[in-house]
Amino acid sequence: MGVLHIVGFGVFFVVGSLFIMNRIDKKFKELKDAGRKGFVGYLTVGDPDIAVSEQNIRTAIEGGVDILELGVPFSDPTADGPTIQAASQRALAAGMSVSGVLDMVRRIRADYDVPIVLFGYANPLFRYGYEKVCADALAAGADGMLIVNLPHEESGALTPHLDKQGMYFISLVAPTTSKERARTILAGAKGFVYYIMVTGVTGARVEVAVDIVGHVSDLRDCTDLPIAVGFGVSNGAQARKAAESADAVVVGSALIKAAQAGTLDTLVAEIRTALDS
Amino acid sequence: MQLQPDDNGHFGIYGGRYIAETLMPILIEVDKAYKEACEDSSFNAEFQHYLKDYVGRPSSLYLADRLTEAWGGAKVYLKREDLNHTGAHKINNTIGQVLLARRMGKKKLMAETGAGQHGVATATVAALFGMECDVYMGEEDIVRQAPNVKRMELLGTKVVPVSSGTKTLKDAMSEALRAWVAEAETTFYVIGSVAGPHPYPVMVRDFQAVIGIETREQIMDVEGVLPQMIIACVGGGSNAAGIFYPFIEDKKVLLVGVEAAGYGIETGQHAASIVAGDVGILHGSKTYVLQNDDGQIQNAHSISAGLDYPGVGPQHAQWADEGRVEYCAVTDDEALASFHELTRLEGIIPALESSHAIAEAKKRAAGMDSDSVIVVNLSGRGDKDVDAILDFES
Repeated sequence: MGVLHIVGFGVFFVVGSLFIMNRIDKKFKELKDAGRKGFVGYLTVGDPDIAVSEQNIRTAIEGGVDILELGVPFSDPTADGPTIQAASQRALAAGMSVSGVLDMVRRIRADYDVPIVLFGYANPLFRYGYEKVCADALAAGADGMLIVNLPHEESGALTPHLDKQGMYFISLVAPTTSKERARTILAGAKGFVYYIMVTGVTGARVEVAVDIVGHVSDLRDCTDLPIAVGFGVSNGAQARKAAESADAVVVGSALIKAAQAGTLDTLVAEIRTALDS
Repeated sequence: MQLQPDDNGHFGIYGGRYIAETLMPILIEVDKAYKEACEDSSFNAEFQHYLKDYVGRPSSLYLADRLTEAWGGAKVYLKREDLNHTGAHKINNTIGQVLLARRMGKKKLMAETGAGQHGVATATVAALFGMECDVYMGEEDIVRQAPNVKRMELLGTKVVPVSSGTKTLKDAMSEALRAWVAEAETTFYVIGSVAGPHPYPVMVRDFQAVIGIETREQIMDVEGVLPQMIIACVGGGSNAAGIFYPFIEDKKVLLVGVEAAGYGIETGQHAASIVAGDVGILHGSKTYVLQNDDGQIQNAHSISAGLDYPGVGPQHAQWADEGRVEYCAVTDDEALASFHELTRLEGIIPALESSHAIAEAKKRAAGMDSDSVIVVNLSGRGDKDVDAILDFES
């Protein structure tokens, strides 16, 4: 009976994974079929408190965000500029935790089919336990993780657990990454590639880096995955420019600032319109 | 025992490069340049030249007679890193790193600092080689280590105040990493401890190993045997790694690392990452860190700005697990008492960081017989601490 049970489970698992497509793949396929550019929106979960944060996330989705990056706050966000640092501090002060983030994912997932990528730093997930956090994140309704300080060389401790749950480890490529290195990083990459457009931390910038077209074109030689570009995009015009060569654009710090100013719906609409025009 | 990390900088489960992709190619480049420099005898010759003629090495190994007599046990030798140019062991490393930066064609230096000793040591080599330099320092440390801020400014360095988080070393390092991302093409980041992403823990240990290499020669000259015990304070752990490393394979030499117990381990207000922390990931490496149950980094506390850090170098974490080094912790009050004792008995004003090692030596010496030998790494001088101590005690 034990053997039968295991075999039965195995068959179910294989069949199941054939038919359940990761929401990220599904979304990019939809976007491609419709000839549209994707809008990836980042918000730090718990900023400034749980209720307002949940409302902001819902506003972003309702306004047309295609893929949601939910920030898991960390005390020492070394790749983030002042806006996301401050958002993380507010969220932690309001009591946000990894399990609090998973609760938020569960509530959002109950109402929306938007792909959700958890975005954060390694230590809170390491402390929670990579295996457990992947299982719990899938159960909550997440589709992938993007861990800023887990480069290719260190990702091996997490990816088997994500793979097991059918979730994606989203790979980052920077302007400093050589083409050869990009090939190595992207060899087994899934979902989409996050191209960091500037050599710097996150945060809105006046000018978007110039040679995106060249870099994205180089990346196309290394992968067939969709390419999202981010870091520094803060308005519709910048988003449109950034999307010329990429498949999607990531907006983070600007959404946080807009949420603080009470203009999140306006900014989301502006970016959506710019990307669709 | 693993003395060198693997190709990705892992000491067992510790170390590595937990850093944004933007910096990975830069770190790989630093690693490659460092390995090439190690193979080049002219690099070592240049390093030795500056250590001897500029830093003033070798630093003396001094038998502290009155301290030995007062403690009534083992003979206590002090490795006088306080006598180095700029007053601490930090300059050994900054000389090494600035020479590497020049080899790599970098035009500018940057550094983080807690007590200001590493900041001064970096500002010093920047002046020596005519390079621009930014030092990131927490606002709280700028207040408690004011004399060092002035020294850096005199040397032509820009001290960048860090107002985020705890306003101490942890946030200074976070801010330095953020700034480095934006200017890594032209700027060499001089990390001051055996912490951070690979190759820094290895590189800093190697540059500081001169302390242990000299100690071995000096103690063999005067005593004819290796010491029973070597004691050093551990914040990030560079002076300790420097004196321990050349003795690691001498199993008979007991190596003792002293962390800061602050107000006491039981109060939770301390900086004892190995003694009271858990495995985590901070500032580019996996190591012991102070954190809460949700993996958020906790604030450290120590009277000594140089030990006030919630992490420790990854090789120390490995030495702790292997049992090769014994780690313990000493409170603010104990360190302060030893600060005064050494000052009065030997006429040597020690840094508050080094005073932690002295306090532990006192506890150990009394139980040892009079022909046994303890070497304490007196990692820096205490001039920088005088104002803070007067304030604290008034």
